[in-house]
Amino acid sequence: MDSLLHISTLHYLVLGAALFLLGVIGVLTRRNVVIILMSIELILNAVNLNLVAFSHYWQGLPARMGGGPGALHGQVFAIFVITDAAAEAAVGLGILIAFFRNKETVNMDEVNLLKW
Amino acid sequence: MTPVATPFFFYLLAGTMIIGGILVITRKNAVHSALALITTLLAQAGIYLMLYAPFVAGVQIILYAGGIMVLFLFVIMLINLERSQKERQFNKQWLVGIAAATALGGLFITVYTKGKALFPGSAASYVEEQNTQNIASLLFDRSQGMYMFSFEIASLLLLVAIIGAVVMAKKRI
Amino acid sequence: MQPLIDYITSYLSSDKTPGAAGNFFWATVYVLLVFAGLSVAVICMNWLERKILAHMQVRLGPMRVGPHGLLQPIADALKLLLKEDIIPSEADALVFWVAPFIVVLAAFTVFVVVPFGPTHAITDMNIGILFMLGVSSLSVLGIVTAGWASNSHYPLMGALRSSAQMVSYEVAMGLAVVSVILMTSLNAQGTGTLSMIGIVNAQMAQGEWFVFKFFPLGLIGFFIFAVAMVAETNRAPFDLPEAESELTAGFHTEYSGFRWSLFFLAEYSAMIAVSSIAVTLWLGGWLRPFPNWLSGSTWDLVFSLFPGLTFVFLAGMCFYNVARMPKHPLFKIQTMGLAGFGALLGLIGLALFVPAVRDRVGDIFWFAAKVAGFMYLYIWYRGTFPRYRFDQLMKMGWKVLLPMGLGLLILTATTAFLEPSVEDWLRRIL
Repeated sequence: MDSLLHISTLHYLVLGAALFLLGVIGVLTRRNVVIILMSIELILNAVNLNLVAFSHYWQGLPARMGGGPGALHGQVFAIFVITDAAAEAAVGLGILIAFFRNKETVNMDEVNLLKW
Repeated sequence: MTPVATPFFFYLLAGTMIIGGILVITRKNAVHSALALITTLLAQAGIYLMLYAPFVAGVQIILYAGGIMVLFLFVIMLINLERSQKERQFNKQWLVGIAAATALGGLFITVYTKGKALFPGSAASYVEEQNTQNIASLLFDRSQGMYMFSFEIASLLLLVAIIGAVVMAKKRI
Repeated sequence: MQPLIDYITSYLSSDKTPGAAGNFFWATVYVLLVFAGLSVAVICMNWLERKILAHMQVRLGPMRVGPHGLLQPIADALKLLLKEDIIPSEADALVFWVAPFIVVLAAFTVFVVVPFGPTHAITDMNIGILFMLGVSSLSVLGIVTAGWASNSHYPLMGALRSSAQMVSYEVAMGLAVVSVILMTSLNAQGTGTLSMIGIVNAQMAQGEWFVFKFFPLGLIGFFIFAVAMVAETNRAPFDLPEAESELTAGFHTEYSGFRWSLFFLAEYSAMIAVSSIAVTLWLGGWLRPFPNWLSGSTWDLVFSLFPGLTFVFLAGMCFYNVARMPKHPLFKIQTMGLAGFGALLGLIGLALFVPAVRDRVGDIFWFAAKVAGFMYLYIWYRGTFPRYRFDQLMKMGWKVLLPMGLGLLILTATTAFLEPSVEDWLRRIL
């Protein structure tokens, strides 16, 4: 019970893992392309949570091990991941619009124009 | 600032995120999924604040909840999703998908139970008044800044993404 | 019991905001005060807008409901609360219900970091201005979902136009804000700050409001932000998405009664919020005019009399209008009501002359006075300018304000970099 009440880094990692699993289930089981893209955003967010949780853990370490209050490498990495997620969402939605204009459907199973 | 009622807020925000995630992957209506994802993202910003990362929380709210989700909502409204709401929502290989996700979950559980002793709770409370300044010194400082190159590459990536999205979504090239 | 009293009174001797000091009770008190103050401000804005617009258009405005229409906002609120709650039949009920709350949430959460004084903010976050810009951009989500949930094409078009406009002008706002943040870093340590209280402290330390700094660069930044904030809140002359003659009230066409009043509340709160940003970043926040030029205890005394004088002046106007009321028996209640209102204002004014109150209220008064000036500007724009067409609006946002903002940022950075060396060079040759 005490380990449940005292929030340690492991709690945040487990939360990130749970979100990652939900995103993976969404990508693997849904047919609607928009929802698949949103599940990919969930996956990226879980990764971000892991990064920031580890940066918080690093801040508690002594400076000789790379810690200290200025060791915010995880947070800087998380900012870059958010930027890349924005770029990827824009391009993915552009592809979706171009595909929808051709085929009038957002069903992932019908993205098979190159199938033999 | 001393943290107050940390377990309560953690479980509240974590519960919101998990429920939001489940709603994202199970709703038929894409707008409902988008709203659930917005809730998840805002709760995640709260978790970042608990982890003493206010700048990342601010960037999350501005970029993710205020930018990417607006983009998603615009596209959902431009595409006519009426027909797709009446079709089958889950694809044929959903069982294999769930099995793969379960295997991944088992992997996570194994890793986290074996490595549980590595991650004690951090006892020190950090000064959050200098967070933005510390991030800026990691990015821009002459002596200890090491992410300037990544910063420039990220801006180039955004430029490429803008050009790509505009070209792909145009009516005629 | 004693520890509770100690907990409550221990904050009174601290010099930080309740959020920074970790005092939950006083933070709640501040939240309730800000909420009440906002509601009173929105009600006053409603009456003031109708009266000032009317007087600009050479007519009288509401005169019937109370003396000079003073009870009109209360009558409007009662009407909106008692109206029938209509939901369109094909609308998505959950999303239709949630959309006004998103907009109100975004508009009210912004006030957590607005500084009314050096310690009179609910909290002082390290990322103050970033938080304000980010949370106010969440209202776009509420508008888009409101337009979509109404399931009719006028609201959808209005919502898409409104959100496109808001997103475009947010970029220009952000660039103007970044140039101000650059100016805060011109201190001895060379580090700037994003916190709202830190920005006003930087203006006090550098001895000039940022609107006058590096003349005319501060002024251009202020101008860019002033135009972008009017477009951000969908007010005239950028109010095409909600104009009644164009789109039958845009995204809130299908909303009636209490839900519409939520949108209305959120719009006026957003106006006050972005005006607070402009006041804090460019006009010196809670600082009284000329804090360094006219300094000293006599000038402090003179400027500290302004709050009381304002209320006494308002009371004087009320009594002047009492004397002008028609001497007809049917107007007796109105005359007495106006005289009572004037007496109330006069009492508040006299209370503000007491030295103990005078010294504490000065910061809040100057902040509120500057924001009130911006509100008057909003109403003036609505009465004066014709509406922008939507393509003209978008062209101005992207092709005029954005390049101006970028150029301003480059010029500000160059000036800030060269200023110490230019001063040295001038001092050496003169």
